[in-house]
Parts: sequence; C-alpha cells; structure tokens
Amino acid sequence: MLSKAKLWLGLALSTLMFWSAGLHAAWELNMPRGVTQMSRDTYGLHMTIFWWVVAIGIVVFGAMLWSIIHHRKSKGAKPATFHESTKVEIVWTLIPFAILIMMAIPATRVLTDAYDTTGSELDIQITGYQWRWEYTYLRENMDEEEVSFFSILSTSREEISNAIEKSENYLLDVDKPLVIPTDTRVRFLMTSADVIHAWWVPDFAIKKDTIPGFINETWVVVEEPGIYRGQCAELCGIEHGFMPIVVHALPPEEYQAWYAEQQQAAAEIRELASAEMSMEDAMAQGEQIYNQNCVACHQANGQGMPPVFPAVAGSDKATGDRLITMDTLVNGVPGTAMAAYGRQLNPIQLAAVITYVRNAFGNDTGDLVQPTEVNAYIQEGQ
Amino acid sequence: MSAAHDHHHGPAKGISRWLFTTNHKDIGSMYLWFSFAMFLLGGTFALVIRAELFQPGLQFVEPNFFNQMTTMHGLIMVFGAVMPAFVGLANWMIPLMIGAPDMALPRMNNWSFWILPFAFAMMVSTLFMEGGGPNFGWTFYAPLSTTYGPPSTTFFIFAVHILGASSIMGAINVIATILNMRAPGMTLMKMPLFVWTWLITAYLLIAVMPVLAGVVTMMLFDIHFGTAFFDAAGGGDPVLFQHLFWFFGHPEVYIMILPAFGIISAIIPTFARKRLFGYDSMVYATASIAFLSFIVWAHHMFTVGMPLAGQLFFMYATMLIAVPTGVKVFNWVATMFRGSMTFETPMLFAIAFVVLFTIGGFTGVMLAITPVDFQYHDTYFVVAHFHYVLVPGAVFSIMAATYYWLPKWTGYMYDETLGKLHFWLSFIGVNILFFPQHFLGLAGMPRRIPDYALQFADFNWISSVGGFLFGFSQLILLFVIIKCVRGGKKATAQVWEGAQGLEWTVPSPAPYHTFETPPDPTLIKAQ
Amino acid sequence: MKTDKAPSKNKTLVTKLLFSVVGMFAFGFALVPLYDVICDITGLNGNTNNLAAQAEAGEIIDETREVTVQFIARENGDMDWGFVPSATQVRVMPGDVNMISYKVTNNTDQVMVGQAIPSVAPNAAAGHLNKVECFCFEEQILQPGESADMPLRFFVDPALPAEISKLTLSYTLYDITEKSSKLKAIAAR
Repeated sequence: MLSKAKLWLGLALSTLMFWSAGLHAAWELNMPRGVTQMSRDTYGLHMTIFWWVVAIGIVVFGAMLWSIIHHRKSKGAKPATFHESTKVEIVWTLIPFAILIMMAIPATRVLTDAYDTTGSELDIQITGYQWRWEYTYLRENMDEEEVSFFSILSTSREEISNAIEKSENYLLDVDKPLVIPTDTRVRFLMTSADVIHAWWVPDFAIKKDTIPGFINETWVVVEEPGIYRGQCAELCGIEHGFMPIVVHALPPEEYQAWYAEQQQAAAEIRELASAEMSMEDAMAQGEQIYNQNCVACHQANGQGMPPVFPAVAGSDKATGDRLITMDTLVNGVPGTAMAAYGRQLNPIQLAAVITYVRNAFGNDTGDLVQPTEVNAYIQEGQ
Repeated sequence: MSAAHDHHHGPAKGISRWLFTTNHKDIGSMYLWFSFAMFLLGGTFALVIRAELFQPGLQFVEPNFFNQMTTMHGLIMVFGAVMPAFVGLANWMIPLMIGAPDMALPRMNNWSFWILPFAFAMMVSTLFMEGGGPNFGWTFYAPLSTTYGPPSTTFFIFAVHILGASSIMGAINVIATILNMRAPGMTLMKMPLFVWTWLITAYLLIAVMPVLAGVVTMMLFDIHFGTAFFDAAGGGDPVLFQHLFWFFGHPEVYIMILPAFGIISAIIPTFARKRLFGYDSMVYATASIAFLSFIVWAHHMFTVGMPLAGQLFFMYATMLIAVPTGVKVFNWVATMFRGSMTFETPMLFAIAFVVLFTIGGFTGVMLAITPVDFQYHDTYFVVAHFHYVLVPGAVFSIMAATYYWLPKWTGYMYDETLGKLHFWLSFIGVNILFFPQHFLGLAGMPRRIPDYALQFADFNWISSVGGFLFGFSQLILLFVIIKCVRGGKKATAQVWEGAQGLEWTVPSPAPYHTFETPPDPTLIKAQ
Repeated sequence: MKTDKAPSKNKTLVTKLLFSVVGMFAFGFALVPLYDVICDITGLNGNTNNLAAQAEAGEIIDETREVTVQFIARENGDMDWGFVPSATQVRVMPGDVNMISYKVTNNTDQVMVGQAIPSVAPNAAAGHLNKVECFCFEEQILQPGESADMPLRFFVDPALPAEISKLTLSYTLYDITEKSSKLKAIAAR
C-alpha cells in the first residue's frame, strides 16, 4: 500500500517535470534555464543529477516494493536466514562511489567556470541595505560623473495589505532597476552596509552574499535583452521579503545611451538642488518617498509601531525645530533602526520628505523645506 | 545486597516522584512528554507560518512576528522536540537493551532533564518582551543577531547555554552507561544498533555542543562587552560566525538522525522477522557519517564567497556522505528482502522513513553540487530538503519508536486502527506539505519570507493545506497514547512476534526496577 | 562485583568527558585566531594581511604585463564622513610599488574616530596585494570639519595568477567613536 503511494508520487514528479514547460507560470516546477552560459550549465547539471537520483530511486524503491508485495507474512512468506555478505557490502559501497565521481566531474567543470577571474568590461558595485539595494557604476577616473542609485520595492502597501488588487509583478517591482548591457562581461562587486544580504537573480544563476566590511565578486554575460527579476535570499531582518531585484538588460548601444542620460541626470540633480520647490510638489514627492522608505516602520498612518518604531504623527522630532527633523533624516538616530538618509536620498528628495512629515498626519507646521536648505545643512555638517 | 533492599522501593507518591526521581524510566517518560509538548508548540508556530503563507499578501501577522515564528519554530523543534525525544528514548531503552539497572549517573540525569523546561520557558518568554523574541532565524547569523538583534537576544543566549548544558550532561550519561553498565556478555558488537548510534551521537554532542556554547558566548561579548568577534567595524568577520555555527550545526544535523537510524534498524528486522542485514557495516557506516559530519560544514555557506579550492573540498566531502548513508538504506532494503513482513503501525512509519528519508537524501546530493547549490541555496528547495530528512525522517522514527515500545512502557497494546489512521494522515499530510516546496524553491521562492510573488501562490496554498492536515493529525497520536496509558488489551512481554533483544525479556509494563541482577548471558544474542 | 567498580569507573570516564567538553569549548575560541591564519594563507575572506608587507618590494618587476587595481571607498551606513581615493583605478606592473592616497573628512560637528577595513576581490588575489604602507585597522581621529590624507603604498606580487587582470581593493570606513581606545586615552589625560 505504502509503496504504491510512493510510486504514484514518483510518477507524478516525473510526469510533472515533463509537463512543466507547457504549464502556466504559477505551476512552474523547475529551475529556469536562464539567459547566461552559466545558468544553462547550472540547469544542465541540475537535470543530470536529478536523473541520476531518479534512476537510483527506481532501483532502491523498486526492490523495496517488490519485497513488500511478495515477502509478506499474509502470503505465507517464510523468512530467509541470510544476514550479511561482505561482497554485497563492497559492491554497494563502490557503485555509489563511482556514480558520485561521474557527478563530480561536470560539477567541478561548471564551478571552475564560475570562478573565472579574467577581466571585465563593466564593474558595478552592489551594496545591500536594510532593505534596499544600492547600485554604483564604477568609473575609470575621478572626472567622470558617477552613476549611483538606490533600488527600492515599488509595490504599494495597499497591495501588500490586500486593500487593492495585486499587480502582475507583485513584490518583484522596484522604483529604479539595475541596467546592464547584453553580451558584455559585467563584474559585480558585492558588499553590505549593515547585515548580510544575498543578491540573487535566478535567470543569471547568480547568488552571492553581501557581507558588511567585505567584498565579494561574481560576473555575468547576459545574452538576451530583457527584464530579469530576483530577490534577497539571506534573512536580513523585518523587510527581508520586500527587497526585490530587477535587472534590465539592454543592447550595448541602448545601454550607452541610458548611461549617458544617467550621468547627465546626476549632474542636473546637483544643479536642481539649488532650485525652489512648491509646497504641492514637495508634498506629492514627499509622500511617494515616505511610502517607499519610511512606511515599513512608521506605517502608512504615521503611527509607527511603538515602542520600537515611534510615531511620526505628533512627534517632537517632526513638529519641533526643523533642524531637528533635518538632523533625524540626514544623520539617522544612532542606536535605533532609524537610518541616515543623507546619502541614500538626494537633497531634493530629502527636502520633499522632510516637508511631508512636517505637514502630514496632522503635523500642521506649514513649513516648506527647500533643497538648498538641506544641501547647506549637509555641506556644513550642521 | 543493596539491590535486595532497593527492591522494596516503588515510585514515590505525588509530584515529588517526578521532581526528585532518579529512575531512568521516569526521566525517560518526562523527556518524552516534554518533547511532545514542545512538538505541539513548535507545530503551532509552524501553522502560524503556513496560515500566513496560505495566500499572497499579509493577512494574519506582521513580518517581524513572522520572523519570530520561523526562528522559534526551528529552535523549538530542534532543541525542544527532536533532541529531547531521542534522549527520552535513550533513557528508557538503553538500560533495558544492555541489561543495566539504570543510567550510570542517575542524579545528573534528573538535573539534565529539569533544567530543560527552564531553558525553554526563558526562550519562549522572549516573545512577550519589548522588541519581541529572536527574529533572526534559528541559525542566528551575525550581525543580524548581534548588532541588529532585539534586546531579548541575551535571554536567548542564556537559554541556549542551559539547553546546551542539558544536552552535554545527557550525552555524558549515555556514554558512561553504555561503556560501564553493560551486562556481562553484552559485548560492543552485540549491542543493538540503537545503542550504537546513540553512543556515537553522544560523542558528537560532546564535541560540538561546547562549540555552540562558545559561539553564543562570543555573541554575548560582542553585544555587551565591546568585543568584535563578528563585527567588521572592529576588525571581526561575520563569516567567521557562520564557520563556527556550522561546525556545530552540521554534526547537529546528524545528532538528530543517527538515533533514528538505530530505531529503524530495530523495527524493520522485527516486522520482517529476519535478522538485520549487515550489522557490522551499519556500525561502520554510522561511524563514517559521524566522522564526515566534521569536515562538511561549509556546504551551508557556498554563497559566502570561499575560494575555489575550499568550495571543491567541501563539495567532494559532502558528496561522500552519500556512500555510508546509501549502505544503510541498502541494508534496510536487504533486511526486508525475503523476510516475512507484517505492517503494524511501527513498521509503516519505518518504511515511510526509509522512503521519504531517502528522498531527502537525494535532494541532499543535489544540494551538495556547489554550482547548482547557488540556485538552491536559501530557497524553499532547501526547506523541503531538510524537512524531508527531519519530519518524515527524524520525527517519523520517533513516532515509530513510540508505537513500537508503547506496549512495553504501558503494559497495554495501543489502538492499532487509530495508529494506522494516524500514520496514513501523517504520511499524506507530510507529502502534501513538503513536496510542493521543492517546486517553489526551484521556481525561485526564497525561504523565510512572510509574503511572496503571485507565481508562488498555488503551491503555497497546497503546502498550507498539507500543513494543517499533518498538524491536526498529531492530535490522534496524543489520543492514542493517552488511551494506551489508561488501558486496553494486555501486552505480553514479547509484544511483537519477531522482536529480539533484552527489552522484550522483561514483563510489560517494564517493572520500575529492571535488571538489578544482570540478565542470563545466554539471552544476549548477536543482532 | 561489577557494581562495586562502577562508581570509580564512572568517575574516571566522566572526568575525561568533562575535559573534552572544556577542550572543545576552548577549541571554539581557538578557531578565531586559527581562522585568521587560514584566511591569511588562503585569502578565504578576501582579507589582506593586516600588517604592511614585510616582503622586499620592487625587487622583481614583471614588465611583461599590467594589471588594473581598482579602489572602492565607502563610509558605512550612517557615518557622515567624506572618504575618497585620489584615483578610481590604476594600471600597475606586478612588483612595482605604487602610491595613492585617500582623503577623509569629518563632516559632523563632533570629534569622531574612524577605522578603515580592507577587503580584496577576487579572493584568489587577496594574498597578492601587498601593502608597504597602509592605514588599515588604524584608528583615525578627526576634529569637526577636519580633513586628512591617508597614503597607501602597495605593490602587486609578481606571483599573481596570470588569469587575474583586475583586482579591487575596497575600504569600508567605520565609525568606532564609542569603542575607540585612543579617544578614551585622550579623554583621560
């Protein structure tokens, strides 16, 4: 009886594996083949090992099933008396050993390929934060404009709390994806600003821990343009499930155009930081930034989750001296979960979110904080 | 002479019997009841997890509480349910199996049990503290558990110290009992395999529990005394934590499975009515697995960025474990082959163990392959793998043992119909629960997340349904045990037709004191 | 007979086992320095030698090839300091001693202590990047608004494997004001 159930299970598994390709994505059963040589090699190796173990399973479970069917007392089976055989033991030590060697050979080859350290055409530094990714494109010299940005979950809190319908890429969308060129060897240098995270994109077969204080490297050559999604794979605190990765792979020319645009935008932001912002703009942009950065702890209604995450609504820090609000946002609150946003957000974004917390949730200070003021605050170190 | 005097002592009356007892059977029972309580508590936490994961979106719990649930579920099942259950079985059965009157160190035995409830009371109480309980996973990687841990982490550390001390004392007791208390004629190579596997397990415990104590001590120093063992800011290394943790953690995995091998090696021959095939090779295989467990720890850390040579070493060493484990499985199958089998509940659990543990072993081989592990690591594929070896593996073996020896403990036969019902519901439930998790992991779902993308929705609800089926089925076990303790069909001393070994030579229920005079050496046969 | 001997037998055995327990506890701690030694030999965690290299620099210069050495500098998390290398990358010949410098600036209004932690990628190259002069693991005290230049003199070991053409030296600057022994010594004076 039991082994019948098991047999069914085995059958179900193998048939499902065959069907997997034709089924809806929601019933995806197997690892993606991916879009890199590495990911295809990994998939091939995965299937090789899988069929090996299926074959061993058929032999072992088959022998068991046969015994269970034929050697039962109810069928009048009389027990045999044999109970040892050194020969047999040696045989079933050596056969698995030989199979393992056959598995180890391709595994060694694929692993050695993964450790290829021969140069790269583009280097990108990936820094894990609680709970966002920072991507910095490394420059060849100091005169180049630096492209560096944070990538944050863009799924709305309403979707997560089931207040509205979930979008197609629920929990797998970010405000600003990493952009890389196709057919180019890109080297990723990974580190972390706080705890250990892991950067994982299944289609690239890349999963690497980002470790505070240390730097890890891996590389990729993406062959097909497209949008590839992944997630943080190492438990990194409360919002571990909410820090997705999105990579746009563009053909090299399009990538170059995008990169030039980003450099220009970075230069513009520095200029814009001196411009004036209207109250409406500030509140609108501020709300968006709040919802991406602050809502996890301080909540959508600004009430926080005391005592660990204090309320913003009615807080002295938000309604008192604006310098205190600025200090809190720019420098964080040491010893608490409140991070320093001085480097994570640009002065425009900081001014907007400061304005927002000073005017939302019934904090009616009426203050409008300008990017110039924030910029000056940061520069002076006040 | 003193033995004759002891004969007149029955158990003391009331609560003091349990508080001050030094009797191996009483202590064994307490361990088993405690572990069952922890099993239900840890299971409840698991059901909170499965309820939250039934559908995408956050329904029942906050992410922070979810993380506390995954952490506590792991800690309680490993240290509160599985390990104490095996210690309980060791207490009850080792003296009976080797013809000893009691454990070698009865007072320490009492102590090692009674500090456990305090350790777990302390650990569970952290859930009600400000900032919540441990939320960093049962592996408590630094710096998430140190610099970024909740204030209650200190209590967690002390709880780990206490339960570690309990395990160490239990292990010392088992070793002393096996080495010093065997009846005349009970040579090492005549010992039942359960005794052998426990002897090796006890040595593993002595080797690695102190390392765990060392790790949490370093955490304590990092948190409170300004050291920087694991803090990069002070020149420490977070990866060092993982090396130390898994140096403990991998042998720990075998601590939870070796005694299970012993149980299965007792049950299959009984119900196949045929001697265990390859006793000697079983002993050597167990010892080989124990040895290998010390040189494979870094396979839990293939993504931390080790040099190629290190990755290759740990890959090859890990793959080697398949050889002695395979020998065990083949021996069990060979024992069944040309036997005369019947399928009472213990045998059903034992057969399910062999099949499902082997499936867990297969995914273990897949996980050992480093480049593919980059894809599997920290996904539900890993969750499915280790639950296959721990639930239908370790836990099923404990259930098999419970049904197998329950008549010897209580003097009554359990309700076979309910036992079979419990088995089939557990068997179906556990597969619905964990099998789809393989697919989730391969499709890309990370572990330890409270919410997931839509493509993972279908297998998650199936898994949750299986989880509730499996969880509630365990109440049948509770009922069967209580019913059996209260009465039923009288059990004979032999209980099972094909059972071999000294424990079946004493009456059922086993008297409060057994083997005060050593058993007749002619009763001791080769296994 | 047997039972009479049991207590003393137990005593010896338990003593031995307790020694093993204490030994393994100590072994856990011994693994910490042991791990550092292994890391230094193998480059296990990308950690370069903590001390400036003792090797004779510039003796053999491999003029047949050039490798790129890339510099990453970041201040960790909440730390409001500036920390910038004088170049993002340089091309060097193995064996040739080069120098770059890092400018650190304390942007806050408090006296702070920083400490830079180095790491090298790929980790196979970690043992081949030798620092003749470096500020690794040194406590750097800066007054409010103060800046300092921190020089780094290094050379790449000619034994660097041929397939490695680019290596990255990353510094992470940590705020250790609260833990600093130097600052405490000054305050005590």
